[in-house]
Amino acid sequence: MNAPHDPGSVGTVVAQTARFDEPIRLLGGAQLPAFELAYETYGELNAARSNAVLVCHALNASHHVAGRYAGEPDNVGWWDNMIGPGKPLDTRRFFVVGVNNLGGCHGSTGPMSVNPTTGRPWGGDFPVVTVEDWVDAQARLADRLGIERFAAVMGGSLGAMQALQWTLSYPERIRHALVIAAAPKLSAQNIAFNDVARQAITTDPDFHGGHYYGKGVVPVRGLRIARMIGHITYLSDEAMMGKFGRALRRGALGFDFEIDFEVESYLRHQGDKFSTYFDANTYLRITKALDYFDPAAGYGGDLGAALARAKAAFLVVSFKSDWRFAPARSREIVKALLDAKKIVSYLEIDAPGGHDAFLMDDARYFGAMRSYFENIKLETRE
Amino acid sequence: MKIPLPPRPAMTEHEQALLAARPEFAAIARWVTPGARVLDLGCGNGALLKFLWEAHQAPGYGVEIDDAEVLACVKNDINVVQLDLESGLSLFRDGSFDTVLLSETLQTIHRVEQLMHEMLRVGREAIVVFPNFGHWAARLQVLMGRMPVSAALPYEWYNTPNVHLCTMADFEDLCRKLGIRIRERVALHHSRPVSFLPNLFGSLAVYRCAAS
Repeated sequence: MNAPHDPGSVGTVVAQTARFDEPIRLLGGAQLPAFELAYETYGELNAARSNAVLVCHALNASHHVAGRYAGEPDNVGWWDNMIGPGKPLDTRRFFVVGVNNLGGCHGSTGPMSVNPTTGRPWGGDFPVVTVEDWVDAQARLADRLGIERFAAVMGGSLGAMQALQWTLSYPERIRHALVIAAAPKLSAQNIAFNDVARQAITTDPDFHGGHYYGKGVVPVRGLRIARMIGHITYLSDEAMMGKFGRALRRGALGFDFEIDFEVESYLRHQGDKFSTYFDANTYLRITKALDYFDPAAGYGGDLGAALARAKAAFLVVSFKSDWRFAPARSREIVKALLDAKKIVSYLEIDAPGGHDAFLMDDARYFGAMRSYFENIKLETRE
Repeated sequence: MKIPLPPRPAMTEHEQALLAARPEFAAIARWVTPGARVLDLGCGNGALLKFLWEAHQAPGYGVEIDDAEVLACVKNDINVVQLDLESGLSLFRDGSFDTVLLSETLQTIHRVEQLMHEMLRVGREAIVVFPNFGHWAARLQVLMGRMPVSAALPYEWYNTPNVHLCTMADFEDLCRKLGIRIRERVALHHSRPVSFLPNLFGSLAVYRCAAS
């Protein structure tokens, strides 16, 4: 079945895979002899190769950023409301690249891939990857696509950390960084939530130290609890109350341990759904990448000093109801950018959606994104 | 290192229209040196910063709290930081700007003394523009038993965002108390400078201040 014609959609998209046979050395010391990245592109790279925008994904997303796959009308890209013809990131003007990160479970080399030295899936032996590693791998993809310099790199949450890292790892290769719902590093509370999620997975009897692929089992219980914990932190108290209140599933209290409240049902459903499409080993590694991200660490904690080498202009956006990465965390980034005398604009959007507000349509937020992209001047060449 | 500036082009029609509508812009532009780093507090849609950029290549940042104005700044390609001035200027480092502007915003600020100190912590100089409550028309209306309503003060007492209206004399008293040096001042009325009894005949006051 074909999806109904939507002029604002990039339409049917096809995922591609790029293979890299040059080894990549990871921050943790390990080296992958070769790797693959799954990616999608929308729009056309112009002759001057000046209109490329890289979209970085957060915890549970992928390279499928916009559009639909043929025959899968419901499998819509995760930022489809932001990206497409006439949308804030307009694919009639920009060439947009989405990429699944290294260590992922959507087609890029990760724990589910075969370890060439053993001939079996990496499983628990796949190395811990970092935001820096992801950016290095993305840069290889940019080389492959003939993109010397991105007009912009954008992302929300963990994706925003990658945009920030781009300005530090490859300052010459990024003109604008759109850093949305970000934090310059995780707080102790953020790390604590991540560790509870990891513990849920690693203590699941089906985890087997990460080597569960050959055993016909998946640590479903751990993964769903990890997702439930994560999901709570993505929503605001206000949004949850508005959506579920104290509504009862069965019309009355059950005085048992089945589902009483709608919110329980919702979270379990989210957990179940997640555990069918996401890999537990990848989840462990992505939460570690979040925990480890701290670009100021090498500068005595001075983020402004770390950012001195950045050459990009920045747009930083936070959401007032986001308590996972609250506006104060974005203001830390803004202060550092101002200290470093960088070009920056900062918006604090009064949207109720919590951390997930970065994925939601909001006139102020989308209006600002649209204007920001419109103001990016593109070098052209005949 | 300062980049040499190209020769200043003649004023565009847009700039002339802007100057007619916002006479304080010309006064402010005279006190902002070419290439200076400017911070405009309560920058609205960024018109003043855009004017200073076009006139002087003075790179600027605006601070604004209102959603629609912030959006207008992004649209106008003006660097803007969405922030409540009442919470202070802790995002900005000591001496990180040449000039800090506070144009037609002073009267809406609750913590005036704190903000005046903050402006001169962050900037070498501050330029403050406010409607002069000492203007004869305001005085006359109070004398007649009514709160003043005018082009410069278009609100009724019950719906005004203005919480701290003052006269030029009041402002100068505050500067003395805070140890702030007034380097220059100009009173305006209907776009014209007023030199005779400015606190009586000027409806808009423009001050250039520095720490003493």
